Amino acid sequence: MSIGQTILGLLEASPRHGYDLKRAYDERFGHARPLHFGQVYATLSRLLRNGLVEVDSVEAGEGPERKRYAITEAGVTDVQRWLSQPEKPESYLHSTLYTKVVLALLTGRSATDLLDTQRAEHLRLMRELTQRKTDGDLADQLICDHALFHLEADLRWLELTAARLDELTATVQR
Amino acid sequence: MSAATAPGGAATGGAATGGAATGGAATGGAATGGAATGGAATGGAATGGATTEQGPTGAELLAAEDLHRAFGPTPALVGASLAVRAGEVVAVMGPSGSGKSTLLHCLAGIVRPDSGRVIYRGSDLSAMSDRERSALRRGQFGFVFQFGQLVPELTCLENVALPLRLARVARREAERRATDWLGRLEVAEVAGKRPGEVSGGQGQRVAVARALVTVPRVVFADEPTGALDSLNGERVMRLLTGAARETGAAVVLVTHEARVAAYSDREVVVRDGRTRNLERAA
Repeated sequence: MSIGQTILGLLEASPRHGYDLKRAYDERFGHARPLHFGQVYATLSRLLRNGLVEVDSVEAGEGPERKRYAITEAGVTDVQRWLSQPEKPESYLHSTLYTKVVLALLTGRSATDLLDTQRAEHLRLMRELTQRKTDGDLADQLICDHALFHLEADLRWLELTAARLDELTATVQR
Repeated sequence: MSAATAPGGAATGGAATGGAATGGAATGGAATGGAATGGAATGGAATGGATTEQGPTGAELLAAEDLHRAFGPTPALVGASLAVRAGEVVAVMGPSGSGKSTLLHCLAGIVRPDSGRVIYRGSDLSAMSDRERSALRRGQFGFVFQFGQLVPELTCLENVALPLRLARVARREAERRATDWLGRLEVAEVAGKRPGEVSGGQGQRVAVARALVTVPRVVFADEPTGALDSLNGERVMRLLTGAARETGAAVVLVTHEARVAAYSDREVVVRDGRTRNLERAA
């Protein structure tokens, strides 16, 4: 995910200090990976340099001065462009799993066991996400659902592959 | 998929176990059946004094041991085993026709296996009379299926109260408990409506309320979200597993959807009539 554009988007919603920005990011998007302060300030200085944000006000305090950042017109255009562009769908055509299955078959190992082990691992993660979803708010639910649907798609592939192992074995060993 | 997992009928093939299936699948069957609901019908009857009380969780409650079952020339189960501990949610997954619904029906005493045993709290289900098994299904088990489980002529409240009425609970008390369960399943507003007048998601939550109103020890759920969209399906699963955990009921959940299975504590896969336990890798 683009941290720069996410930060820009948060600034478009309202001007913020660096610290507030980190907190807003972590609360909304940083469940598994909160931002480091270093990342926030490095990103902000890049955005400043590119004219996408500006310093809106400076408060002198006891510690270092606190700068409040606001998005510029160019920044709004950037956010607009990012949001209007679709993400490239991943194809997973050369997935690690496929490679592992083929290698298992080539080396006479049990591909069924491999698929079942993977299946159990997928379901374990799905349970974890479902638990988090059940305990969480709407944001948690939506984030977890996205991951769950992807994992479910993987699982369907695992099931289909398990059902077609004989066929695949014949192809691989030809 | 839906045809293969329709309640009772598809798996039982009708003849041998038709009556029992109806009795178990929907308590409505027992209501119309009449005869089966003799004096032994009260909730606790089946437990008798023969078995000892199990702890609230962790102890083995229900087990299938090496079950075989064929329908005519077609084998449905060829050595399926499964143990369910008190209070846990077990998902039974597998492709269409793998035997997962037959396994559920055997565990619930709806279908008798050709060989192998089903042990519930220390008692062999095959050694019980039909009457004892019926009483067990009414008093100790709850059922949720994909379709057609509510009695269309009764209101939702009456549907939920029905298992209690069959267990001779007084009408006012039965309706009080049913009202409470409708509230817990977030469908209090449909109490006075008939099943035909409510949405699929609401109907399914009424069915869950009915399955839980007797506070069963085991809830059997066969594709409970199969006819629902994702949002309604998730809601049914959240409420079903939440309520089961609250009351300490075990849930045996047959599903082919991984997102539904993810509400369970563990899963068992059925392939070609055999069970495969994936717990080791979890």
